[in-house]
Amino acid sequence: MAGEIQNPIIRVRDVTVQFGATRVLNGLDLDVKRGEILGFVGPSGAGKSVLTRTIIGLVPKLAGSIEVFGVDLDSSNTSQRRNVERRWGVLFQQGALFSSLTVRQNIQFPMREYLRVSQRLMDEITMAKLTMVGLKPEVAERFPSELSGGMIKRVALARALSLDPDLVFLDEPTSGLDPIGAGDFDELVRTLQRTLGLTVFMVTHDLDSLYTACDRIAVLGNGKIIAAGSIADMQASQHPWLRQYFHGKRARAVMG
Amino acid sequence: MNGDPKLERIAKGNALALCATGTWTASFAPVLERMVADAEKLAGTPQSIFIDVSEVAQLDTFGAWLIERLRRSLTQGAVEAQIAGLSANYSSLVDEVRRVKATPVIDTGTVTITGMLEQIGRTVAGIAGTVAGLVDMLGAVLAAAGRVLIHPRSFRLTSTVHHMEQVCWRAVPIIVLITFLIGCIIAQQGIFHFRRFGADIFVVDMLGVLVLREIGVLLVAIMVAGRSGSAYTAELGSMKMREEIDALRTMGFDPIEVLVLPRLLALVLALPILAFLGAMAALYGGGLVAWLYGGVEPEAFLLRLRDAISIDHFIVGIVKAPVMAAVIGIVACVEGLAVQGSAESLGQHTTASVVKGIFFVIVMDGVFAIFFASIGM
Repeated sequence: MAGEIQNPIIRVRDVTVQFGATRVLNGLDLDVKRGEILGFVGPSGAGKSVLTRTIIGLVPKLAGSIEVFGVDLDSSNTSQRRNVERRWGVLFQQGALFSSLTVRQNIQFPMREYLRVSQRLMDEITMAKLTMVGLKPEVAERFPSELSGGMIKRVALARALSLDPDLVFLDEPTSGLDPIGAGDFDELVRTLQRTLGLTVFMVTHDLDSLYTACDRIAVLGNGKIIAAGSIADMQASQHPWLRQYFHGKRARAVMG
Repeated sequence: MNGDPKLERIAKGNALALCATGTWTASFAPVLERMVADAEKLAGTPQSIFIDVSEVAQLDTFGAWLIERLRRSLTQGAVEAQIAGLSANYSSLVDEVRRVKATPVIDTGTVTITGMLEQIGRTVAGIAGTVAGLVDMLGAVLAAAGRVLIHPRSFRLTSTVHHMEQVCWRAVPIIVLITFLIGCIIAQQGIFHFRRFGADIFVVDMLGVLVLREIGVLLVAIMVAGRSGSAYTAELGSMKMREEIDALRTMGFDPIEVLVLPRLLALVLALPILAFLGAMAALYGGGLVAWLYGGVEPEAFLLRLRDAISIDHFIVGIVKAPVMAAVIGIVACVEGLAVQGSAESLGQHTTASVVKGIFFVIVMDGVFAIFFASIGM
């Protein structure tokens, strides 16, 4: 990797994850800079979601250390951990909205848990979040089963942002969206990153997202980061998979 | 510069400045709300007011919105409130928040007499709907069974066998254990109370008639409704939620034929077997207690049992089993297919499946009791 990054928001060192006999991540190192949008790519099944889930703490790791906001999540106590969890937001691939709560209740759920604010302010902030993610206020009283795929992603993003986190994890945010919707979503992530000063960790397959939204790209292969850098670095790379990925038919189409 | 947020009032000429300082973030939301509510009372003063945010150390959506809320309430009237000293970092956030329209009032719904009456009416109509749903499903199942009889190759044997294993074979241990214990309890209670009249031996009559005619099948049916009926509802319900049933339909399969018929058939075959095993376990348990606790020798128990009961008692019990199984299965499948998109709905329908299943089993048992009494069995 090109140089040590000073004071990273996420620092992953030598992480190994194994399911049964298959080793998914093998001594992986990764740094995420404060305030950047990091695009995380790699072949299907390479373990992109596994790394995300390992950082969040949903998948146990065999070895290695992970620091988020400078806190080592293994040695932290409950209150430190809660403090970290309060400062990040996660957008799951399928949205993972609570199906028995309305959109409004979904967005207010973390607020109720972590903050002591009046119902009026919560309602107003909910409307602000919905406006930010480009949804109409009428959506607030609907249930997740009454929303389209794109709307679910937007509501899930609004919920991930409900506590004004410093860091958001997006797991394939544009998958299943039409190209225009996906483009809007990239634009949205960019805008929110600017206005809220977010750091974004985005797992994606979408070349458009990489070109338009991401500041830096990390590539996963064989359980390690095989390359990290700007889009220009990626295009210049001689790694066979990267060459195919960034110079293939679809990549040429994106670059025009 | 970090610290508790403040909102100071400073008069500058004939204008009033509200200087916001400190950290305006979600963690300080209660303090911020109070300060903003205080400041909102200034609305209507003829002075021109501006909100100076140049000294704000940190701002997030909560803080930005509260400043925007203050600006809006002060703007009402002749004077326009301005936000001044906005740093470049935060200007886009404040602009974003400015686009938010006033919160629509959320109708939480008040409780009224007419509303309650309406609710009662809907519930009563719902009961009729339940019965109609069951009849509808019965018809659909019979139609599917008819199609399968005409084209036997479309019968799903593997699926049926799989469900037989789930609802019959795997249910045997718990059913046998529970009915065994119930048999023990009936015998113990019978001996305890009959002994006072010196009628110990009649406990065998009671046990035999009760277990074979009623308890055996009824108890097993209730346990199957709780064990397998709920499983059917949860399976079909989660398939419905994930659009798997729609997928089947688009591929040209009838969900009734593919999903409901094998489950129902497995249950109809399983319940008589389980009821028989249950009855045997209960008799065995009763006999054991009669011997160890009541001193009735096994030979005497069997002789008495042979005198006390006839094949009729057994038939009365076992004939009810498949009918009860069909009722449980149909209720479970109707509820499963009625599940809507949410996890809560799945829970409600699974509960309803068990409650309605047990209710209909007991109603059927009553109907059978009247029928057998009138034909003298």
